[in-house]
Amino acid sequence: MNELLEQLAICIERGKVNLQSPFPVDLKGQEGADELTKRAIENSIPAEVILNESLMVGMQKVGDKFEEGKAFIPDMLIAAKAMNAAMVHLKPFFESGEVELKGDFIIGTVAGDLHDIGKNIVRMVLTGGGWNVIDLGTDVKAEKFVATLKEYPNAFIGMSALLTTTMMQMEVTTKAIKEVSPATKVFVGGAPLSQEFSDRIGADGYFPDPNKFVKYLSQAI
Amino acid sequence: MKKITEQIKKEKILLSDGAWGTFLQAEGLKKGECPELWNVEHREVVLKIAKSYIDAGSYLIETNTFGGNKIKLNHYNLGERTYELNKAGAEISREAAGDKIVLGSIGPTGKLLIMGDVTEDELYESFSQQAKGLHDGGIDAFCLETFFDIQEAEVAVNAVKENSDLEVILTFYFEKNQEGKFNTMMGVSPTIMVERFGNEVDIIGTNCSNGFERMISVVKEMRKINKDIPILVHANAGIPITTGIEAKYPDAPKIMAELTPSLIAAGANVIGGCCGTTPEHIKMINQAIHLYKTK
Repeated sequence: MNELLEQLAICIERGKVNLQSPFPVDLKGQEGADELTKRAIENSIPAEVILNESLMVGMQKVGDKFEEGKAFIPDMLIAAKAMNAAMVHLKPFFESGEVELKGDFIIGTVAGDLHDIGKNIVRMVLTGGGWNVIDLGTDVKAEKFVATLKEYPNAFIGMSALLTTTMMQMEVTTKAIKEVSPATKVFVGGAPLSQEFSDRIGADGYFPDPNKFVKYLSQAI
Repeated sequence: MKKITEQIKKEKILLSDGAWGTFLQAEGLKKGECPELWNVEHREVVLKIAKSYIDAGSYLIETNTFGGNKIKLNHYNLGERTYELNKAGAEISREAAGDKIVLGSIGPTGKLLIMGDVTEDELYESFSQQAKGLHDGGIDAFCLETFFDIQEAEVAVNAVKENSDLEVILTFYFEKNQEGKFNTMMGVSPTIMVERFGNEVDIIGTNCSNGFERMISVVKEMRKINKDIPILVHANAGIPITTGIEAKYPDAPKIMAELTPSLIAAGANVIGGCCGTTPEHIKMINQAIHLYKTK
């Protein structure tokens, strides 16, 4: 891999946003995701190559550490910030259609549940993995998922629940979605869940962490 | 007044209570319902839970106010009633406890400062109102529990200390990673937590998330950092196993009782339960503590 792209991947993994950003301390005074992405484009590296071979590689690495319990929410957050700084420069290529995102993904915490920390991490990892994420927030009723699916008919759907009392809402929502669109893939996540639960309510899968899920999705499309 | 720490000096080990949330669900709390509203609308049920733990032998019982911060209550359009619902919760446990100790339960808001979900001022205001209600309802000490973020815990500790001079307990919940190390989702280890708060609160501890077995490791790590501070443990009845449509807590009262001596030996001073524990668990732990003391 090109040295510039390697350096950029490190900036994403470590969360080095730009030249001014003081973190991480050992990269202080060095260029960050912002400057390096700009330079990569100036060097005529195709936007798709920058995205797939550098930005997503960096996100994958921090995602792997998160999965192993060696990186935490703050690490994911600064990586996502660096990713956003890089994506600003790639935006024109998405808009012109030169590069396509992987697809649409609708995400939300189910009705009756207000917990969004887990959902927000999944959103960051999906965005970093090249997905267009439509975030419906918390306490999302089944009808809202269905209405949003009409706007993004090819989207995948992900639901989150933290409470054992609200996880049953996932069954209601899955049924409502499958009724209008049987082919739509619905995934569930959250502390009290399991694959067995996912099977039982008719969803298409459960994943214990966002990283495994993004890897799965990349292979599924 | 340092009621609890004085008592620990005399007794060494104190018995706390068991679960409230999972108990309320068993009593009919529905999804989407605000647990703290039951302090007013189903007062008799909340009182029954509080009494059941006193009857089981608890020296300390909590209040049904874990989610009673203004930010969480706002989701139910009850933010304006923060003071009232917390005061009512404190009064119920006070009635049940008599001369035993009432711990005013304060949980996190579920919003993260670093995500920009909430400002420090909003957090402070939210915890302050809750603290005032609990204080005026007659609690003996605050139990700030299930925290995981240093920043949010700092704001909560300040809010409580600036509104009351009662004792303060602070507990974090930790998860075990593949290498066997304990951290919160923000990357805070028991070591970091005790280093940061060991001189700021009266009692430090850990709750939820783990059964007694893992809590023994967490307490050992905390004790290594601070030899003197009392340590509280409110453990789940094991790590929940999700089978089909519900979460089950695997540790029977007997299992928790068997692990109690090791938990005491690791350095715990106040012992009780969290999710999935019942008065039956508390009774058995009580017996185990007595047995340990008489040995």
